Amino acid sequence: MPESILEISGLSKVYKGGTRALDNVDLSIRKGEIFALLGPNGAGKTTLIGAVCGLVRPSSGTMTAFGHDLARDWRRARARIGLVPQELATDMFETVWRAVAYSQGLFGKPYDAERLEDILKGLSLWDKRDAQIRALSGGMKRRVLIAKALAHDPELLFLDEPTAGVDVELRKSMWQQIAALKERGVTIILTTHYIEEAEEMADRVGIIQGGRILMVDEKRAMMERLGTTEAVIALAAPLAALPPEIAAFPVELDAGRTCLTYRGGNGQGGGRAQVAQLAQALTRAGIEYLSLDIHDSSLEDIFVGLLGEGRAA
Amino acid sequence: MHFNVRSAYAIYRREMSRAFRTAFQSILSPVLTTSLYFVVFGSVIGARMEPIGGVPYGAFIIPGLLMLTLLGETTSNASFGIYMPRFTGTIYELLSAPVGVAETLAGFVGAAMTKGLILAAIILATATLFVDYQIAHPVFAAFYIMLVASSFALFGFILGIWADSFEKLGIIPLLLLTPLTFLGGTFYSIRDLPAPWDAVALANPIAFLVSGLRWTFYGTADVPIAVSLGLTLGFLALCVVIITVIFRTGWRLRE
Repeated sequence: MPESILEISGLSKVYKGGTRALDNVDLSIRKGEIFALLGPNGAGKTTLIGAVCGLVRPSSGTMTAFGHDLARDWRRARARIGLVPQELATDMFETVWRAVAYSQGLFGKPYDAERLEDILKGLSLWDKRDAQIRALSGGMKRRVLIAKALAHDPELLFLDEPTAGVDVELRKSMWQQIAALKERGVTIILTTHYIEEAEEMADRVGIIQGGRILMVDEKRAMMERLGTTEAVIALAAPLAALPPEIAAFPVELDAGRTCLTYRGGNGQGGGRAQVAQLAQALTRAGIEYLSLDIHDSSLEDIFVGLLGEGRAA
Repeated sequence: MHFNVRSAYAIYRREMSRAFRTAFQSILSPVLTTSLYFVVFGSVIGARMEPIGGVPYGAFIIPGLLMLTLLGETTSNASFGIYMPRFTGTIYELLSAPVGVAETLAGFVGAAMTKGLILAAIILATATLFVDYQIAHPVFAAFYIMLVASSFALFGFILGIWADSFEKLGIIPLLLLTPLTFLGGTFYSIRDLPAPWDAVALANPIAFLVSGLRWTFYGTADVPIAVSLGLTLGFLALCVVIITVIFRTGWRLRE
Protein backbone atom coordinates (compact mmCIF):
# COMPACT_ATOMS: atom_id res chain seq x y z
CA MET A 1 0.00 0.00 0.00
CA PRO A 2 1.55 3.37 -1.03
CA GLU A 3 2.33 5.86 1.71
CA SER A 4 -0.53 8.21 2.65
CA ILE A 5 0.39 11.88 2.53
CA LEU A 6 -2.94 13.46 3.41
CA GLU A 7 -5.33 12.13 6.02
CA ILE A 8 -8.69 13.79 6.58
CA SER A 9 -10.86 12.54 9.38
CA GLY A 10 -14.37 13.58 10.43
CA LEU A 11 -14.05 16.92 8.62
CA SER A 12 -17.16 19.08 8.74
CA LYS A 13 -17.81 22.67 7.77
CA VAL A 14 -20.97 24.55 8.61
CA TYR A 15 -21.11 28.08 7.20
CA LYS A 16 -22.85 30.98 8.87
CA GLY A 17 -26.52 30.55 8.13
CA GLY A 18 -26.33 26.81 8.69
CA THR A 19 -25.24 25.52 5.28
CA ARG A 20 -23.38 22.27 5.87
CA ALA A 21 -20.76 22.27 3.13
CA LEU A 22 -18.83 19.29 4.46
CA ASP A 23 -20.34 16.51 6.51
CA ASN A 24 -17.99 14.21 8.39
CA VAL A 25 -15.58 13.66 5.51
CA ASP A 26 -12.93 10.95 5.78
CA LEU A 27 -10.34 10.78 3.03
CA SER A 28 -6.86 9.40 2.58
CA ILE A 29 -4.63 10.46 -0.31
CA ARG A 30 -1.76 8.25 -1.43
CA LYS A 31 1.63 9.54 -2.37
CA GLY A 32 2.16 9.93 -6.10
CA GLU A 33 -1.43 9.39 -7.22
CA ILE A 34 -3.82 11.56 -9.19
CA PHE A 35 -7.04 11.71 -7.24
CA ALA A 36 -10.11 13.11 -8.94
CA LEU A 37 -12.85 14.56 -6.77
CA LEU A 38 -16.10 14.51 -8.70
CA GLY A 39 -19.28 16.18 -7.68
CA PRO A 40 -22.01 18.52 -8.87
CA ASN A 41 -21.95 22.26 -8.16
CA GLY A 42 -22.17 22.97 -4.43
CA ALA A 43 -21.13 19.44 -3.51
CA GLY A 44 -18.33 20.69 -1.25
CA LYS A 45 -15.29 20.12 -3.51
CA THR A 46 -13.90 23.66 -3.23
CA THR A 47 -14.68 23.83 0.50
CA LEU A 48 -12.75 20.60 1.03
CA ILE A 49 -9.72 21.99 -0.84
CA GLY A 50 -10.06 25.31 1.01
CA ALA A 51 -10.05 23.53 4.37
CA VAL A 52 -6.80 21.72 3.57
CA CYS A 53 -5.14 24.83 2.10
CA GLY A 54 -6.09 27.21 4.91
CA LEU A 55 -8.77 29.24 3.14
CA VAL A 56 -11.64 27.76 5.12
CA ARG A 57 -11.80 27.19 8.86
CA PRO A 58 -13.22 23.72 9.50
CA SER A 59 -16.00 23.38 12.07
CA SER A 60 -14.66 20.02 13.24
CA GLY A 61 -12.38 17.19 12.22
CA THR A 62 -8.68 16.67 11.80
CA MET A 63 -6.31 16.93 8.84
CA THR A 64 -2.75 15.68 8.62
CA ALA A 65 -0.43 16.34 5.69
CA PHE A 66 3.02 14.74 5.47
CA GLY A 67 2.55 13.74 9.10
CA HIS A 68 1.99 17.36 10.22
CA ASP A 69 -1.25 18.37 11.89
CA LEU A 70 -2.68 21.11 9.67
CA ALA A 71 -4.18 22.93 12.67
CA ARG A 72 -0.98 23.06 14.72
CA ASP A 73 1.96 22.51 12.40
CA TRP A 74 0.47 24.26 9.40
CA ARG A 75 3.65 26.06 8.33
CA ARG A 76 5.57 22.87 7.57
CA ALA A 77 2.59 21.28 5.86
CA ARG A 78 1.63 24.30 3.72
CA ALA A 79 5.20 24.76 2.51
CA ARG A 80 4.76 21.46 0.66
CA ILE A 81 1.27 22.09 -0.72
CA GLY A 82 0.34 24.02 -3.87
CA LEU A 83 -3.05 25.32 -4.93
CA VAL A 84 -4.44 26.31 -8.30
CA PRO A 85 -7.77 27.96 -7.57
CA GLN A 86 -10.87 27.73 -9.69
CA GLU A 87 -11.18 31.50 -10.18
CA LEU A 88 -8.64 33.31 -12.39
CA ALA A 89 -7.41 35.37 -9.44
CA THR A 90 -4.15 37.07 -10.36
CA ASP A 91 -2.59 40.49 -10.04
CA MET A 92 -3.52 41.63 -13.54
CA PHE A 93 -0.97 44.46 -13.69
CA GLU A 94 1.98 42.29 -12.70
CA THR A 95 4.22 40.58 -15.25
CA VAL A 96 4.23 36.80 -15.51
CA TRP A 97 7.81 36.57 -14.27
CA ARG A 98 7.30 38.80 -11.24
CA ALA A 99 4.05 37.05 -10.31
CA VAL A 100 5.68 33.61 -10.33
CA ALA A 101 8.82 34.90 -8.56
CA TYR A 102 6.55 36.39 -5.87
CA SER A 103 4.97 32.99 -5.25
CA GLN A 104 8.41 31.40 -4.95
CA GLY A 105 9.43 33.92 -2.29
CA LEU A 106 6.07 33.88 -0.50
CA PHE A 107 6.46 30.17 0.16
CA GLY A 108 9.90 30.79 1.65
CA LYS A 109 12.00 29.57 -1.27
CA PRO A 110 15.15 31.45 -2.31
CA TYR A 111 14.94 33.25 -5.64
CA ASP A 112 15.81 30.66 -8.29
CA ALA A 113 15.70 32.09 -11.81
CA GLU A 114 16.61 28.75 -13.40
CA ARG A 115 13.70 27.00 -11.72
CA LEU A 116 11.34 29.79 -12.76
CA GLU A 117 12.59 29.48 -16.32
CA ASP A 118 11.99 25.71 -16.28
CA ILE A 119 8.47 26.18 -14.99
CA LEU A 120 7.57 28.88 -17.51
CA LYS A 121 9.06 26.91 -20.39
CA GLY A 122 7.22 23.78 -19.27
CA LEU A 123 3.95 25.65 -19.37
CA SER A 124 4.71 27.43 -22.67
CA LEU A 125 4.79 30.80 -20.90
CA TRP A 126 8.45 31.68 -21.45
CA ASP A 127 7.71 34.00 -24.36
CA LYS A 128 5.17 35.83 -22.21
CA ARG A 129 7.38 36.25 -19.14
CA ASP A 130 7.53 40.04 -19.46
CA ALA A 131 3.87 40.46 -20.43
CA GLN A 132 1.36 41.83 -17.97
CA ILE A 133 -1.06 39.11 -16.92
CA ARG A 134 -4.06 41.17 -18.02
CA ALA A 135 -2.79 40.92 -21.63
CA LEU A 136 -2.93 37.12 -21.62
CA SER A 137 -5.73 34.85 -22.84
CA GLY A 138 -7.86 32.94 -20.34
CA GLY A 139 -5.95 29.73 -20.98
CA MET A 140 -2.62 31.45 -20.41
CA LYS A 141 -3.86 33.06 -17.20
CA ARG A 142 -4.79 29.62 -15.95
CA ARG A 143 -1.30 28.40 -16.81
CA VAL A 144 0.15 31.35 -14.88
CA LEU A 145 -1.82 30.16 -11.86
CA ILE A 146 -0.35 26.69 -12.33
CA ALA A 147 3.15 28.20 -12.65
CA LYS A 148 2.61 30.16 -9.43
CA ALA A 149 1.47 27.01 -7.64
CA LEU A 150 4.55 25.13 -8.87
CA ALA A 151 7.04 27.87 -8.00
CA HIS A 152 7.81 26.37 -4.59
CA ASP A 153 7.96 22.78 -5.90
CA PRO A 154 5.00 21.41 -3.95
CA GLU A 155 4.74 17.69 -3.32
CA LEU A 156 0.95 17.86 -3.11
CA LEU A 157 -0.89 19.95 -5.67
CA PHE A 158 -4.56 20.88 -5.63
CA LEU A 159 -6.11 21.75 -8.97
CA ASP A 160 -9.60 23.14 -8.57
CA GLU A 161 -11.33 22.79 -11.94
CA PRO A 162 -8.02 23.19 -13.83
CA THR A 163 -9.54 23.04 -17.29
CA ALA A 164 -12.74 24.99 -16.68
CA GLY A 165 -13.40 27.29 -19.62
CA VAL A 166 -10.44 26.21 -21.75
CA ASP A 167 -10.75 24.78 -25.25
CA VAL A 168 -10.32 21.11 -26.09
CA GLU A 169 -6.78 21.49 -27.43
CA LEU A 170 -5.53 23.35 -24.38
CA ARG A 171 -7.36 20.95 -22.09
CA LYS A 172 -5.46 18.03 -23.60
CA SER A 173 -2.22 19.97 -23.30
CA MET A 174 -2.95 20.54 -19.62
CA TRP A 175 -3.64 16.84 -19.14
CA GLN A 176 -0.17 16.18 -20.52
CA GLN A 177 1.34 18.74 -18.15
CA ILE A 178 -0.49 17.21 -15.19
CA ALA A 179 0.70 13.74 -16.25
CA ALA A 180 4.27 15.13 -16.41
CA LEU A 181 3.92 16.44 -12.85
CA LYS A 182 2.83 13.02 -11.71
CA GLU A 183 5.90 11.56 -13.41
CA ARG A 184 8.00 13.91 -11.28
CA GLY A 185 6.39 12.47 -8.16
CA VAL A 186 3.85 15.21 -7.42
CA THR A 187 0.65 13.98 -5.84
CA ILE A 188 -2.33 15.65 -7.47
CA ILE A 189 -5.85 16.18 -6.25
CA LEU A 190 -8.12 17.65 -8.89
CA THR A 191 -11.74 18.57 -8.91
CA THR A 192 -13.55 18.57 -12.18
CA HIS A 193 -16.89 18.68 -13.86
CA TYR A 194 -15.49 16.84 -16.84
CA ILE A 195 -15.91 13.13 -16.17
CA GLU A 196 -13.76 12.53 -19.25
CA GLU A 197 -10.94 14.31 -17.45
CA ALA A 198 -11.14 12.01 -14.45
CA GLU A 199 -11.52 8.98 -16.70
CA GLU A 200 -8.43 10.02 -18.65
CA MET A 201 -6.12 10.94 -15.81
CA ALA A 202 -7.17 9.74 -12.37
CA ASP A 203 -5.81 6.76 -10.53
CA ARG A 204 -8.56 7.00 -7.95
CA VAL A 205 -11.88 8.76 -7.94
CA GLY A 206 -13.90 10.16 -5.07
CA ILE A 207 -17.51 11.14 -5.51
CA ILE A 208 -18.85 13.87 -3.25
CA GLN A 209 -22.39 15.15 -2.93
CA GLY A 210 -24.02 17.34 -0.31
CA GLY A 211 -20.71 17.54 1.56
CA ARG A 212 -20.50 13.77 1.95
CA ILE A 213 -18.11 11.40 0.22
CA LEU A 214 -20.32 8.80 -1.44
CA MET A 215 -17.54 6.60 -2.72
CA VAL A 216 -13.78 6.43 -3.10
CA ASP A 217 -12.17 3.75 -5.20
CA GLU A 218 -9.61 2.97 -7.87
CA LYS A 219 -11.00 4.26 -11.14
CA ARG A 220 -10.67 0.85 -12.79
CA ALA A 221 -12.13 -0.99 -9.81
CA MET A 222 -15.05 1.44 -9.73
CA MET A 223 -15.74 0.92 -13.41
CA GLU A 224 -15.43 -2.85 -13.07
CA ARG A 225 -17.63 -2.99 -10.00
CA LEU A 226 -20.30 -0.61 -11.09
CA GLY A 227 -19.90 -0.75 -14.87
CA THR A 228 -22.54 -2.43 -17.02
CA THR A 229 -23.13 -3.20 -20.67
CA GLU A 230 -26.30 -2.17 -22.46
CA ALA A 231 -27.27 -3.70 -25.81
CA VAL A 232 -30.31 -2.59 -27.83
CA ILE A 233 -31.50 -5.14 -30.40
CA ALA A 234 -33.98 -3.99 -33.04
CA LEU A 235 -36.14 -7.02 -34.00
CA ALA A 236 -37.27 -7.64 -37.59
CA ALA A 237 -40.82 -8.47 -36.42
CA PRO A 238 -42.83 -7.94 -33.23
CA LEU A 239 -42.34 -10.68 -30.67
CA ALA A 240 -45.46 -11.97 -28.87
CA ALA A 241 -43.51 -13.28 -25.89
CA LEU A 242 -39.95 -14.01 -24.88
CA PRO A 243 -38.99 -17.65 -25.45
CA PRO A 244 -37.55 -19.27 -22.26
CA GLU A 245 -34.00 -19.48 -23.73
CA ILE A 246 -34.06 -15.69 -24.30
CA ALA A 247 -35.87 -14.83 -21.04
CA ALA A 248 -32.93 -16.44 -19.18
CA PHE A 249 -30.86 -13.37 -20.13
CA PRO A 250 -31.32 -10.01 -18.35
CA VAL A 251 -33.45 -8.57 -21.15
CA GLU A 252 -36.61 -6.48 -21.48
CA LEU A 253 -39.02 -6.28 -24.38
CA ASP A 254 -40.36 -2.82 -25.05
CA ALA A 255 -44.04 -1.92 -25.30
CA GLY A 256 -44.00 -2.11 -29.13
CA ARG A 257 -42.46 -5.60 -28.82
CA THR A 258 -39.90 -4.80 -31.55
CA CYS A 259 -36.95 -3.80 -29.36
CA LEU A 260 -35.05 -5.97 -26.93
CA THR A 261 -32.81 -4.30 -24.37
CA TYR A 262 -30.07 -6.16 -22.54
CA ARG A 263 -28.56 -4.71 -19.35
CA GLY A 264 -25.92 -6.73 -17.56
CA GLY A 265 -22.26 -7.48 -17.20
CA ASN A 266 -19.83 -6.11 -14.68
CA GLY A 267 -17.61 -3.75 -16.62
CA GLN A 268 -14.97 -6.44 -17.09
CA GLY A 269 -16.05 -7.45 -20.57
CA GLY A 270 -18.50 -10.12 -19.33
CA GLY A 271 -21.44 -8.11 -20.62
CA ARG A 272 -20.19 -8.14 -24.20
CA ALA A 273 -19.60 -11.91 -24.09
CA GLN A 274 -23.12 -12.43 -22.81
CA VAL A 275 -24.52 -10.23 -25.58
CA ALA A 276 -22.75 -12.49 -28.12
CA GLN A 277 -24.41 -15.51 -26.48
CA LEU A 278 -27.77 -13.72 -26.61
CA ALA A 279 -27.33 -13.05 -30.34
CA GLN A 280 -26.59 -16.72 -30.92
CA ALA A 281 -29.65 -17.71 -28.85
CA LEU A 282 -31.86 -15.38 -30.91
CA THR A 283 -30.57 -16.99 -34.13
CA ARG A 284 -31.16 -20.47 -32.74
CA ALA A 285 -34.70 -19.48 -31.76
CA GLY A 286 -35.32 -18.18 -35.30
CA ILE A 287 -35.79 -14.59 -34.15
CA GLU A 288 -34.43 -12.22 -36.76
CA TYR A 289 -33.01 -8.84 -35.80
CA LEU A 290 -32.10 -5.75 -37.83
CA SER A 291 -29.40 -4.13 -35.68
CA LEU A 292 -27.48 -4.57 -32.45
CA ASP A 293 -26.08 -1.57 -30.60
CA ILE A 294 -23.72 -2.22 -27.64
CA HIS A 295 -22.67 0.44 -25.12
CA ASP A 296 -20.43 -0.01 -22.06
CA SER A 297 -21.19 2.37 -19.22
CA SER A 298 -18.72 5.19 -18.76
CA LEU A 299 -17.54 6.79 -15.53
CA GLU A 300 -20.15 9.43 -16.26
CA ASP A 301 -22.95 6.83 -16.21
CA ILE A 302 -21.62 5.51 -12.92
CA PHE A 303 -21.31 9.05 -11.55
CA VAL A 304 -24.87 9.97 -12.53
CA GLY A 305 -26.17 6.69 -11.11
CA LEU A 306 -24.39 7.22 -7.79
CA LEU A 307 -25.63 10.79 -7.51
CA GLY A 308 -29.18 9.52 -8.09
CA GLU A 309 -28.75 6.97 -5.31
CA GLY A 310 -27.22 9.66 -3.11
CA ARG A 311 -30.24 11.91 -3.55
CA ALA A 312 -32.64 9.04 -2.90
CA ALA A 313 -30.81 8.02 0.30
CA MET B 1 8.18 32.27 17.11
CA HIS B 2 8.52 31.50 13.42
CA PHE B 3 9.47 34.23 11.01
CA ASN B 4 10.21 33.57 7.37
CA VAL B 5 12.31 36.47 6.08
CA ARG B 6 11.91 35.46 2.43
CA SER B 7 8.11 35.44 2.68
CA ALA B 8 8.06 38.85 4.35
CA TYR B 9 10.46 40.25 1.78
CA ALA B 10 8.37 38.85 -1.10
CA ILE B 11 5.29 40.68 0.23
CA TYR B 12 7.30 43.85 0.91
CA ARG B 13 8.86 43.84 -2.56
CA ARG B 14 5.54 43.31 -4.31
CA GLU B 15 3.91 46.13 -2.35
CA MET B 16 6.78 48.47 -3.16
CA SER B 17 6.59 47.46 -6.81
CA ARG B 18 2.87 48.31 -6.75
CA ALA B 19 3.69 51.75 -5.34
CA PHE B 20 6.25 52.51 -8.04
CA ARG B 21 3.82 51.23 -10.69
CA THR B 22 1.34 53.81 -9.47
CA ALA B 23 3.94 56.47 -8.66
CA PHE B 24 1.76 59.36 -9.75
CA GLN B 25 -1.03 58.43 -7.37
CA SER B 26 1.26 57.25 -4.56
CA ILE B 27 3.92 59.93 -4.55
CA LEU B 28 3.40 62.81 -6.98
CA SER B 29 -0.22 63.47 -6.09
CA PRO B 30 0.34 64.03 -2.33
CA VAL B 31 3.48 66.05 -3.05
CA LEU B 32 1.53 68.31 -5.41
CA THR B 33 -1.28 68.74 -2.86
CA THR B 34 1.17 69.57 -0.07
CA SER B 35 3.02 72.02 -2.31
CA LEU B 36 -0.25 73.84 -2.91
CA TYR B 37 -0.77 74.11 0.85
CA PHE B 38 2.70 75.63 1.20
CA VAL B 39 2.04 78.09 -1.60
CA VAL B 40 -1.35 79.20 -0.26
CA PHE B 41 -0.92 78.95 3.54
CA GLY B 42 2.84 79.10 3.81
CA SER B 43 3.87 81.76 1.31
CA VAL B 44 0.75 83.86 0.54
CA ILE B 45 -1.25 83.85 3.80
CA GLY B 46 1.78 82.98 5.97
CA ALA B 47 3.53 86.20 4.95
CA ARG B 48 0.77 88.20 6.69
CA MET B 49 0.66 86.03 9.84
CA GLU B 50 2.46 86.61 13.14
CA PRO B 51 4.94 83.91 14.23
CA ILE B 52 3.41 81.33 16.56
CA GLY B 53 5.51 80.49 19.62
CA GLY B 54 8.43 82.19 17.96
CA VAL B 55 8.15 80.03 14.82
CA PRO B 56 7.36 81.77 11.50
CA TYR B 57 3.92 80.71 10.28
CA GLY B 58 5.21 79.08 7.07
CA ALA B 59 7.53 76.86 9.10
CA PHE B 60 4.93 76.31 11.85
CA ILE B 61 2.54 74.47 9.51
CA ILE B 62 5.17 72.02 8.14
CA PRO B 63 4.74 69.33 10.86
CA GLY B 64 0.95 69.50 10.55
CA LEU B 65 1.00 69.26 6.76
CA LEU B 66 3.50 66.41 6.98
CA MET B 67 1.22 64.63 9.46
CA LEU B 68 -1.79 65.23 7.22
CA THR B 69 -0.12 63.49 4.28
CA LEU B 70 1.55 60.82 6.37
CA LEU B 71 -1.67 59.71 8.08
CA GLY B 72 -3.73 59.73 4.90
CA GLU B 73 -1.18 57.99 2.70
CA THR B 74 0.02 55.28 5.10
CA THR B 75 -3.56 54.44 6.06
CA SER B 76 -4.72 54.35 2.43
CA ASN B 77 -1.69 52.40 1.22
CA ALA B 78 -1.93 49.70 3.85
CA SER B 79 -5.71 49.41 3.59
CA PHE B 80 -5.58 49.20 -0.20
CA GLY B 81 -2.69 46.70 -0.02
CA ILE B 82 -4.76 44.11 1.88
CA TYR B 83 -8.21 45.05 0.53
CA MET B 84 -7.31 44.54 -3.15
CA PRO B 85 -6.21 40.89 -2.73
CA ARG B 86 -9.47 40.28 -0.83
CA PHE B 87 -11.45 42.00 -3.58
CA THR B 88 -9.74 40.23 -6.50
CA GLY B 89 -9.43 36.86 -4.79
CA THR B 90 -5.62 36.76 -4.93
CA ILE B 91 -5.57 36.55 -1.15
CA TYR B 92 -5.93 32.78 -1.58
CA GLU B 93 -2.18 32.65 -2.15
CA LEU B 94 -1.32 34.50 1.06
CA LEU B 95 -3.72 32.36 3.08
CA SER B 96 -2.46 29.10 1.62
CA ALA B 97 1.21 30.02 2.10
CA PRO B 98 3.26 29.15 5.19
CA VAL B 99 3.00 32.77 6.25
CA GLY B 100 1.81 34.06 9.61
CA VAL B 101 0.81 37.40 11.05
CA ALA B 102 4.42 38.50 11.61
CA GLU B 103 5.53 38.06 7.98
CA THR B 104 2.29 39.54 6.66
CA LEU B 105 2.63 42.64 8.80
CA ALA B 106 6.34 43.00 8.09
CA GLY B 107 5.57 42.89 4.38
CA PHE B 108 2.41 44.97 4.07
CA VAL B 109 2.98 47.37 6.93
CA GLY B 110 6.71 47.65 6.27
CA ALA B 111 5.98 48.68 2.69
CA ALA B 112 3.31 51.18 3.74
CA MET B 113 5.75 52.60 6.29
CA THR B 114 8.55 52.86 3.73
CA LYS B 115 6.24 54.67 1.32
CA GLY B 116 5.24 57.03 4.13
CA LEU B 117 8.86 57.80 4.94
CA ILE B 118 9.78 58.40 1.30
CA LEU B 119 6.80 60.70 1.07
CA ALA B 120 7.81 62.54 4.25
CA ALA B 121 11.33 63.05 2.91
CA ILE B 122 9.98 64.39 -0.38
CA ILE B 123 7.57 66.73 1.40
CA LEU B 124 10.31 68.09 3.64
CA ALA B 125 12.51 68.62 0.61
CA THR B 126 9.61 70.33 -1.18
CA ALA B 127 9.02 72.56 1.88
CA THR B 128 12.56 73.98 1.58
CA LEU B 129 11.49 75.50 -1.75
CA PHE B 130 8.87 77.64 0.00
CA VAL B 131 9.98 78.27 3.60
CA ASP B 132 13.10 78.27 5.74
CA TYR B 133 13.06 75.85 8.64
CA GLN B 134 15.41 73.95 10.92
CA ILE B 135 14.63 70.64 12.63
CA ALA B 136 15.58 70.89 16.31
CA HIS B 137 15.66 67.12 16.99
CA PRO B 138 16.21 65.43 13.60
CA VAL B 139 16.82 61.90 14.95
CA PHE B 140 13.77 62.07 17.19
CA ALA B 141 11.78 63.53 14.29
CA ALA B 142 12.75 60.58 12.05
CA PHE B 143 11.88 58.15 14.85
CA TYR B 144 8.54 59.81 15.50
CA ILE B 145 7.66 59.87 11.81
CA MET B 146 8.46 56.13 11.60
CA LEU B 147 6.39 55.46 14.70
CA VAL B 148 3.38 57.34 13.36
CA ALA B 149 3.80 55.78 9.90
CA SER B 150 3.92 52.24 11.30
CA SER B 151 0.96 52.86 13.65
CA PHE B 152 -1.25 54.17 10.86
CA ALA B 153 -0.07 51.50 8.44
CA LEU B 154 -1.31 48.96 11.00
CA PHE B 155 -4.52 50.93 11.37
CA GLY B 156 -4.90 50.94 7.58
CA PHE B 157 -4.34 47.19 7.52
CA ILE B 158 -7.23 46.73 9.96
CA LEU B 159 -9.34 49.08 7.85
CA GLY B 160 -8.57 47.06 4.70
CA ILE B 161 -9.70 43.87 6.42
CA TRP B 162 -12.80 45.49 7.88
CA ALA B 163 -13.94 47.16 4.65
CA ASP B 164 -16.21 45.21 2.36
CA SER B 165 -16.54 47.94 -0.28
CA PHE B 166 -14.41 50.67 -1.84
CA GLU B 167 -16.71 53.21 -0.22
CA LYS B 168 -15.90 51.95 3.28
CA LEU B 169 -12.22 51.91 2.34
CA GLY B 170 -12.29 55.63 1.65
CA ILE B 171 -14.59 56.73 4.48
CA ILE B 172 -12.07 56.69 7.35
CA PRO B 173 -9.22 58.63 5.67
CA LEU B 174 -11.60 61.14 4.08
CA LEU B 175 -14.22 61.64 6.76
CA LEU B 176 -12.20 61.00 9.88
CA LEU B 177 -8.44 61.44 9.50
CA THR B 178 -8.43 64.53 7.26
CA PRO B 179 -10.93 66.58 9.33
CA LEU B 180 -9.31 65.54 12.61
CA THR B 181 -5.87 66.53 11.29
CA PHE B 182 -7.19 69.92 10.13
CA LEU B 183 -8.77 70.44 13.56
CA GLY B 184 -5.74 69.02 15.37
CA GLY B 185 -3.63 72.14 15.21
CA THR B 186 -2.15 71.79 11.75
CA PHE B 187 -2.67 75.48 10.94
CA TYR B 188 -2.85 76.91 14.46
CA SER B 189 -1.77 76.26 18.01
CA ILE B 190 -4.45 74.68 20.18
CA ARG B 191 -3.29 76.90 23.05
CA ASP B 192 -4.49 79.91 21.06
CA LEU B 193 -8.08 78.59 20.94
CA PRO B 194 -10.57 80.30 23.29
CA ALA B 195 -12.01 78.27 26.17
CA PRO B 196 -13.65 75.79 26.09
CA TRP B 197 -12.43 74.92 22.57
CA ASP B 198 -8.82 74.50 23.70
CA ALA B 199 -10.00 71.69 26.03
CA VAL B 200 -12.37 70.23 23.40
CA ALA B 201 -9.50 70.13 20.87
CA LEU B 202 -7.59 67.81 23.20
CA ALA B 203 -10.30 65.17 22.70
CA ASN B 204 -8.91 64.87 19.20
CA PRO B 205 -6.09 62.27 19.29
CA ILE B 206 -4.55 63.63 16.10
CA ALA B 207 -3.82 66.89 17.97
CA PHE B 208 -1.35 64.94 20.12
CA LEU B 209 0.41 63.57 17.03
CA VAL B 210 0.71 66.99 15.36
CA SER B 211 1.92 68.47 18.63
CA GLY B 212 4.46 65.66 19.09
CA LEU B 213 5.91 66.10 15.62
CA ARG B 214 6.00 69.89 16.03
CA TRP B 215 8.04 69.42 19.23
CA THR B 216 10.62 67.33 17.34
CA PHE B 217 10.84 70.15 14.76
CA TYR B 218 10.87 73.28 16.91
CA GLY B 219 11.04 72.16 20.56
CA THR B 220 7.63 73.71 21.21
CA ALA B 221 4.37 71.80 21.64
CA ASP B 222 0.73 72.14 22.72
CA VAL B 223 0.98 69.04 24.94
CA PRO B 224 4.05 67.42 26.57
CA ILE B 225 6.03 65.25 24.14
CA ALA B 226 5.87 62.31 26.59
CA VAL B 227 2.07 62.32 26.34
CA SER B 228 2.20 62.37 22.53
CA LEU B 229 4.76 59.58 22.49
CA GLY B 230 2.83 57.46 25.00
CA LEU B 231 -0.41 57.87 23.07
CA THR B 232 1.23 56.89 19.79
CA LEU B 233 2.88 53.83 21.32
CA GLY B 234 -0.44 52.85 22.93
CA PHE B 235 -2.21 53.15 19.57
CA LEU B 236 0.50 51.03 17.92
CA ALA B 237 0.14 48.32 20.59
CA LEU B 238 -3.67 48.36 20.24
CA CYS B 239 -3.43 47.88 16.47
CA VAL B 240 -0.98 44.97 16.88
CA VAL B 241 -3.36 43.27 19.33
CA ILE B 242 -6.36 43.75 17.01
CA ILE B 243 -4.48 42.34 14.01
CA THR B 244 -3.24 39.35 16.00
CA VAL B 245 -6.84 38.59 17.03
CA ILE B 246 -7.97 38.98 13.39
CA PHE B 247 -5.39 36.44 12.21
CA ARG B 248 -6.16 34.02 15.03
CA THR B 249 -9.88 34.08 14.37
CA GLY B 250 -9.64 34.49 10.59
CA TRP B 251 -12.21 37.31 10.76
CA ARG B 252 -12.99 38.50 7.19
CA LEU B 253 -10.00 36.54 5.89
CA ARG B 254 -10.94 32.89 6.14
CA GLU B 255 -14.45 31.59 5.55
